[in-house]
Amino acid sequence: MRSAFAQELTDMALSDDRVIILSGDIGNQMFDDFQKKFPLRYINCGIAEANMVSMAAGLAICGMRPFIYTFTTFDTTRCFEQIRVDLCYQNLPVVIIGLGGGLTYAPLGPTHYICEDIALLRSLPNMTVLCPGDTVEVRCSIREAMKQNGPIYIRIGKKNEPVVHKETPEFQIGKAITCKAGKDVCIITTGTILPNALKAHELLKEKKISARVVHFHTIKPLDLTTLSSVFSQFDVVVTLEEHSLIGGLGSAVAEWYVDNSVRRVKLLRLGTRDEFLYTTISQNEARDYYGLSPHKIADVIEKQYANLGTIP
Amino acid sequence: MIDSNLSSGINKTKDLADISRRIRGEIVEMSYTADAMHLGSSLSCVEIFVALYHGGCINIDPKNPGAAIRDRVILSKGHASMTFYAILADRGFFPKDLLKTFNKTGSYLTEHPNIGRLPGIEATSGSLGHGLSMGLGMAIAGRNNHLPYRVFVILSDGECNEGSVWEAAMLAPAQKIENLVVIIDFNRWQATGRSEEIMALNPLKEKWESFGWSAYEVDGHDIRSLIKQLSVIPDTSGKPVAIIAHTIKGKGISFMEDDNNWHYRIPDAEEVKKAKEELGLL
Repeated sequence: MRSAFAQELTDMALSDDRVIILSGDIGNQMFDDFQKKFPLRYINCGIAEANMVSMAAGLAICGMRPFIYTFTTFDTTRCFEQIRVDLCYQNLPVVIIGLGGGLTYAPLGPTHYICEDIALLRSLPNMTVLCPGDTVEVRCSIREAMKQNGPIYIRIGKKNEPVVHKETPEFQIGKAITCKAGKDVCIITTGTILPNALKAHELLKEKKISARVVHFHTIKPLDLTTLSSVFSQFDVVVTLEEHSLIGGLGSAVAEWYVDNSVRRVKLLRLGTRDEFLYTTISQNEARDYYGLSPHKIADVIEKQYANLGTIP
Repeated sequence: MIDSNLSSGINKTKDLADISRRIRGEIVEMSYTADAMHLGSSLSCVEIFVALYHGGCINIDPKNPGAAIRDRVILSKGHASMTFYAILADRGFFPKDLLKTFNKTGSYLTEHPNIGRLPGIEATSGSLGHGLSMGLGMAIAGRNNHLPYRVFVILSDGECNEGSVWEAAMLAPAQKIENLVVIIDFNRWQATGRSEEIMALNPLKEKWESFGWSAYEVDGHDIRSLIKQLSVIPDTSGKPVAIIAHTIKGKGISFMEDDNNWHYRIPDAEEVKKAKEELGLL
């Protein structure tokens, strides 16, 4: 995903001289091409994220379109107050690229992986929150972000993520994409865990359960039309995310459900528990630990579906 | 790069001193009627603002506040907004009557300045340690877009507690930025004590120099010295410029001078009268 970001931005910078990259001293060699083409439009801001965010605000006030790039732990939680005041309160078109959302960097520990970012960022007025599901969507997200006039957070993975979309989908901020058809249960998912939702879909198929998979690449603003439609059609709705159960997509959907749903639906929320990891662990092991591996997703949905009759 | 005020002759030292006294009177009045704190911090930076806006040090046109080549001024110590508003109104960025709405329900003259609501306000401030970084972004945009403006950022000494100030201070010289000026209103107090004692602030000039800036010290109430210093920017060093302006908190009103109680205290009617008498306004 990070290479897709660098390539897309290089293409865009050719035709739009407002584009400027602020990097927090990461992306070794990844931006070589960009830097060669646009030496004044790539700024290594050093390991100093608070300054980087406010600087982006200053650039945006003067008409530039800054993209902030570093590990998402550092360009969200570390400089949250700068994001809140300088980007959101001033409502400026700055794009924050959060590298390594979710459990991507689980092997590096909680200093580098993060499952609380969506909760924080979506709480901010004026902020748009995007979680592209593959490299194709990363490119779409960046193109669409350039059309927005306020701050945007784009949460991406790292590298070698499976490509979900063989062709560029119709991608619009705030409009979910149905990736798999299904009629028994509906999995609403977001971002880097999308491939596991698709694998779970296949596993459920073997269990004779037809699962629709809808990708909410935009968490804020939520696609209320799609939510209404899903909650009117399905008795079991599952939210799936590589993020804490506190405050993420599942919370956003639950908030909407409590306020708006006209019928009783079983809402099953899958995400990371309220618990840090303390031992060395790979991304896939961490996903499994939190119940987010394809098998565990399929198993818990199967169980829920079988128990459907017992919902009071 | 010269303001029209210079040619109109308004910049005689005595005139500028008179303007400073008038602005101080307006600030005291605003604090009283709006029940607003930070009087001491607002009074210490009056001459800095008068030098910039009335002394012809910046390229601005109140009739065209959005001009692409205008110099940008950011009041990073946003709690001194009363001074900023009084100065902007005095220069005609907006009608003076608006000052009466300061801090009243529905007013855009908020306790801390806001971008996009009032002409002349270039950035939202109030959270300390943001202004210099935003100013650096503006300076880089100016350089990249070949616009010859300068960016002036007014910081408080207490604000230099914030780590982000020093992040920006390190990045600006690395980016070879020359069109950026930081002015520190060094009134030696922060909210609850002496700024030199709470953090190891001194030697402040040497700190900025060691971070790669051209640093100067000036009497922050001597308008002539301020104008002299502010008129040579960029200087010839190729570095960004830091001006340490030595000031007195509560300056101009004897019973407020260097008394940190006036960080939060609001004057009563009698004190307003006394202050105005001292300023020669009554």
